[in-house]
Amino acid sequence: MANSSNGNYAIKADKLSVYYGEFRAVREVDLGIEPRRITAIIGPSGCGKSTVLRALKSLCELIPSVHTEGKVVFGGRNIYELDVDPVEVRRRIGMVFQKPNPFPKSIYENVAWGARINGFKGDMDELVESTLKSAALWDEVHDKLDQSGTSLSGGQQQRLCIARAIAVKPDIILMDEPCSALDPIATLRIEELMHDLAKDYTIIIVTHNMQQAARVSDFTAFFSLSEDGKRAGTLMEYGETKHMFTRPEKKITEDYITGRFG
Amino acid sequence: MSILRKRGDFVESEQQLARRHARGRVVLSVFQLATLIGVIVLVVLLLTIIKNSFGYSAVQNEVDPESLAVNGIPLESLTKSQLATILQANVSAGLFARFEHDQPIAERDAANIYDLIQEHVIAPEVEESWNLYDSLTKKDQILVLMNEQYPDAELQFLSWVNWDFVRSQQSSHPEIAGVRTAILGSLWTISIAIFFSLPVGVAAAVYLQEYARDNFLNRIIQTNINNLAGVPSIIYGILGLAIFVRAFGAFTSGVAFGAADSSTANGRTILSAGLTLGVLVLPLIIINAQEAIKAVPNSLREAGLGLGASRWETVWAHVLPNSIAGILTGSILAVSRAIGETAPLVVIGASTFIQVDPDGPFSKFTTLPAQIYQWTVRPQGAFHNIAAAASLVLLVLLLALNATAIVLRNKYSRRL
Repeated sequence: MANSSNGNYAIKADKLSVYYGEFRAVREVDLGIEPRRITAIIGPSGCGKSTVLRALKSLCELIPSVHTEGKVVFGGRNIYELDVDPVEVRRRIGMVFQKPNPFPKSIYENVAWGARINGFKGDMDELVESTLKSAALWDEVHDKLDQSGTSLSGGQQQRLCIARAIAVKPDIILMDEPCSALDPIATLRIEELMHDLAKDYTIIIVTHNMQQAARVSDFTAFFSLSEDGKRAGTLMEYGETKHMFTRPEKKITEDYITGRFG
Repeated sequence: MSILRKRGDFVESEQQLARRHARGRVVLSVFQLATLIGVIVLVVLLLTIIKNSFGYSAVQNEVDPESLAVNGIPLESLTKSQLATILQANVSAGLFARFEHDQPIAERDAANIYDLIQEHVIAPEVEESWNLYDSLTKKDQILVLMNEQYPDAELQFLSWVNWDFVRSQQSSHPEIAGVRTAILGSLWTISIAIFFSLPVGVAAAVYLQEYARDNFLNRIIQTNINNLAGVPSIIYGILGLAIFVRAFGAFTSGVAFGAADSSTANGRTILSAGLTLGVLVLPLIIINAQEAIKAVPNSLREAGLGLGASRWETVWAHVLPNSIAGILTGSILAVSRAIGETAPLVVIGASTFIQVDPDGPFSKFTTLPAQIYQWTVRPQGAFHNIAAAASLVLLVLLLALNATAIVLRNKYSRRL
């Protein structure tokens, strides 16, 4: 389904289904993510975009009654095999959430904590500085590293969360509508940041904002509810963003992109 | 001019709007009335305690202290040997021998002998006491009554709660009895209760809130904890009697640790009392801690776990620091309930009369509420006065605890 270049994916969902109790919220998704590219996941509300994102990093199982079927292949292994430690998976796949959620600790500690628990033995000051620079936040906070992360503005908080995520050197960064709580200027800064980060990281972003998907992403996956009445989230179309937004293959994709529903 | 008008099916007339506001005012006055009733009850409670803690008393001395003065020097300024001579001259030989046996007179200091003279020679006795209200409004009648009935007695305005009262030990004379033993007993038992129930309660709350899956067994456990919080305290007393005093008597009396003589061993000790109170507040602490942990936003847990932290690392670094204020507040409120408990301690055997300060977990004990209860059931009026005074002391202790809770909450609570 994906028009992949060489089949060497950063992460790949293989017939991935996610159940909330008996209800199948996401149905048999096959999705291979290109490394060091930005992949956008778009689709109407309630079609399982965020659920897929969480399933990619073993976060779903934190909610009681949720279980998954199928495979998520990452680093040559299916992360849902019993001998794969979800803690390790979660370190190597970072996540930025919809609402900025910095720890109510100092800015320094927000960045350093994840590295410390993951056994970072190098120069912590240096790591904090380089990480905050990568997250385009250093200039704004370098003189107040001991202030609480929650004292920053919304956009700064979200960049702090991105810094926190990249401080543990993940392979992939997942972003769940990272700009939905931000104003247009803060959104723009995050988008610029994503472009920079894509040189080193594979980024998957869930977004409601079609323009944002078109602006930032290399690939786009369109999810929608299945049309068989079971209301399960299904991957409808997946391809390069420029093709998706100009010549979508399916009628439903075109309808959504042009704003006829959703 | 009214801006109201009829629009579609909405009938928004002025009368209808006025009716809605009137209904709101009725409800508001009900709320205000309820608050007022609460305030009145509290004020009456306080007034009752204060009324009995202060007032005129007819104090009759066995011997006039002025008659004991030597060469015009008042009793309290005499030297130790002079005091010892007075004591020996005014008490029976048997009683003096008993003092000597308890602690040789030569080893006692002047203040101690002065206290003995106060208690056994001068022996002030309250013939009758009047409460604060009567003292303030009916002084004339009291004076008339004094002249008729107690011509030799002295009318004194007494504050039953004073520094001597807090400092002195228990006595069979209400005039000189104090609550030191009871305060120390309360502090000891409550410390043991906290020492036991706080770690256990918080650990259980963390497990139930952060680890336990939502299955049948855990729902049963949760329901039972909620119900245990409502079990009457006397039942915990019976439990404490059966388990801590009887079944584990060897441990709670200290015999197993060689801290007590097995011939006198019984488990009616501070340790038993503390553990019983600990079990009593355990469900409250668990529930309060659970609520505090529940209030930590899930986004923090996801952020921690999302960075590759284990569950415990997330709990330790983020969940507990952000719930500690709530946990402490809830625990201190639970403990201030325990400090006022009487029934379970009476059941497990608080001493009715004890003059020895508790000096460890294996001591016999009494506590403030138990002491208040003992004094209240005595027939002599003066005991009721000191019961009221002890209530004031207990209230102050409770206020201090609650103030600590507020200070801790303000210190640790942070914006999330």
